[in-house]
Amino acid sequence: MIWIAIRMLTGDRTKFYGLLFGIAFSTLLITQQLTIFVNLIERGASGVYNVAEAEVWVMDPVSRTTDIAYAMPTTALDRVRGVPGVEWAVPHLRANAAVRTDTGDLEQVAIIGVDDATLIGLPKGMVEGSRAVLSRPDSVIIDDVGTTRMFPDQPTPVGEVLELNDQRAVIRGMADSIPSFTSTVVLYTRYSQALRYVPGTRNRLSFVLAGAADGVAAAELARRIEAQTGLRARTRDEFAGDGVDFIIENTGIPFNFGITVVLGFIVGVAIVGLTFSLFIRDNIRQFGALKAIGVTNGKIVRMVAAQAGMVGAVGYALGLLGTVAFIWVFGSDPTFKGFYIPWQIPLMSLVAVALILAITGFFALRNVLRTEPAAVFR
Amino acid sequence: MSPQNAQTDHTAAISTRGVTRDFPAGQDVITVLHGIDLDIRAGELTFLVGESGSGKTTLISIMCGILWPTEGEVQVFGTDIYDLTDTALVEFRLANIGFIFQQYNLIPSIDAAANAAVPLIARGMAVEEARAQATEMLDALNIADQADKLPSQLSGGQQQRVAIARALVHEPRLVVCDEPTAALDAKSGRRVMDLLREVAVAEDRACIIVTHDNRIFDMADRILVLEDGRITHDGKDMPEEH
Repeated sequence: MIWIAIRMLTGDRTKFYGLLFGIAFSTLLITQQLTIFVNLIERGASGVYNVAEAEVWVMDPVSRTTDIAYAMPTTALDRVRGVPGVEWAVPHLRANAAVRTDTGDLEQVAIIGVDDATLIGLPKGMVEGSRAVLSRPDSVIIDDVGTTRMFPDQPTPVGEVLELNDQRAVIRGMADSIPSFTSTVVLYTRYSQALRYVPGTRNRLSFVLAGAADGVAAAELARRIEAQTGLRARTRDEFAGDGVDFIIENTGIPFNFGITVVLGFIVGVAIVGLTFSLFIRDNIRQFGALKAIGVTNGKIVRMVAAQAGMVGAVGYALGLLGTVAFIWVFGSDPTFKGFYIPWQIPLMSLVAVALILAITGFFALRNVLRTEPAAVFR
Repeated sequence: MSPQNAQTDHTAAISTRGVTRDFPAGQDVITVLHGIDLDIRAGELTFLVGESGSGKTTLISIMCGILWPTEGEVQVFGTDIYDLTDTALVEFRLANIGFIFQQYNLIPSIDAAANAAVPLIARGMAVEEARAQATEMLDALNIADQADKLPSQLSGGQQQRVAIARALVHEPRLVVCDEPTAALDAKSGRRVMDLLREVAVAEDRACIIVTHDNRIFDMADRILVLEDGRITHDGKDMPEEH
């Protein structure tokens, strides 16, 4: 009977495509919006992810994320280096600056000062040039967001001269980094150079990045640093989580994306429910005839379940493909750079689709089961 | 033929005793059938005749196990069908009864062979095997060449033959036919009746036709007239007043 059920479903092409559209659209909306949401809030941790080497981030106790940091005196670096279990510790500066291009455009940028000697703090991958270019005077490395925004019509920004807080900066490379939550243009330079670009306050050390000695866990090291220095120390994962939590707690993004996801679910229920009930209504005499002939209610339930299952499987696959296509098409845009679909999201969409089909299938099935076989003689 | 299907000539295929059926109508109750006592024999083409509202659809629905009587008992080939559980009754219908509906109720998205094979598929037979068996039945009805066509690609007469094939493909012991000639002209109607007599009437099979088409009354072996929920005539011919 399953074969007949599937033929009944696919034979009515208009409704079949309508059902597929409903499920696919719902899946697309839910999966795509959740994907964007997750990737967007993970951008709150991009500053941490871009520094692969740092196992522990040390900061002033009031600092919260890579972008919200209260500068420490330079002595903090030595205090961290003095903690047992610290293999290495380097300074890390993050600040904002205004930059003027040679065409006169003004752009707010983030300056990241990385350790002069080891270049820890600089993303590992480079799109153009090498990390070593920072050893040259006035060198900065720009990220690809900056390249797209500040030099949209140029094949490469390398060689461009910028006026950075009234000082000369020469772009000598392009870093392969994860954009920040606000997609701010980022310029990487040596820590000593960054101090010149960002003059002003007495304390300018934003973070101390530390690595653990062999046999010392990052969490244990962070605990030791906090105990000995009075500074705040977070492991890489903890600090990444802090960045994500900050966005969740301080923006309307979860609420707004949540509304869209709920709308996707409601649209799915509406389209699929309406189309499914029309399909059942159009076939009610056939179902009645089947019941009269001797098809049990159990078999009818399995028939409707098979129809719902097929619509769900194909529609879900189409919706998921749509999301993958979306990520693939827009992947070249720096705004969506590095976007991926966490495995939990397709699972959540699957549950949503199953719920949509369970709700709509239940009402459709109720009509079929209520149909008296004797009705076929009327 | 299986032993289960064995049937002695002219024994009662269907036996109803004191069958009454009430329907609620707002605050009131309407009695549509009044204590029907009836025996339907196998090997005969039995017509159940009556005006609209006389209760013939209700009676036929009760006799083939798709509508519960308010009172009374119905035996089909010795089985008190309303003593069966719901599932057993459905399975009894599938094994023993073939239906030919007035509007055919073919499934529009499957071809003629598959439509004719529905009872076999419902019994768990593999689709291809069931289709092959159904195609043999279509061949007996001279439309095997239409086996691969959808109902919408068939004429009304061809659709009716597919419906007849569906009713007979699983060799039921009781065939119930609802107004088979209602939408046909006189000549086509008689052709359908000839066909039904040829394929549906057998010594071990009862065939009941619900109709009010007086053009075919002469083709019946037995005519039962139902008026206001009571059998008012039982004979080979229609009474004069009809």
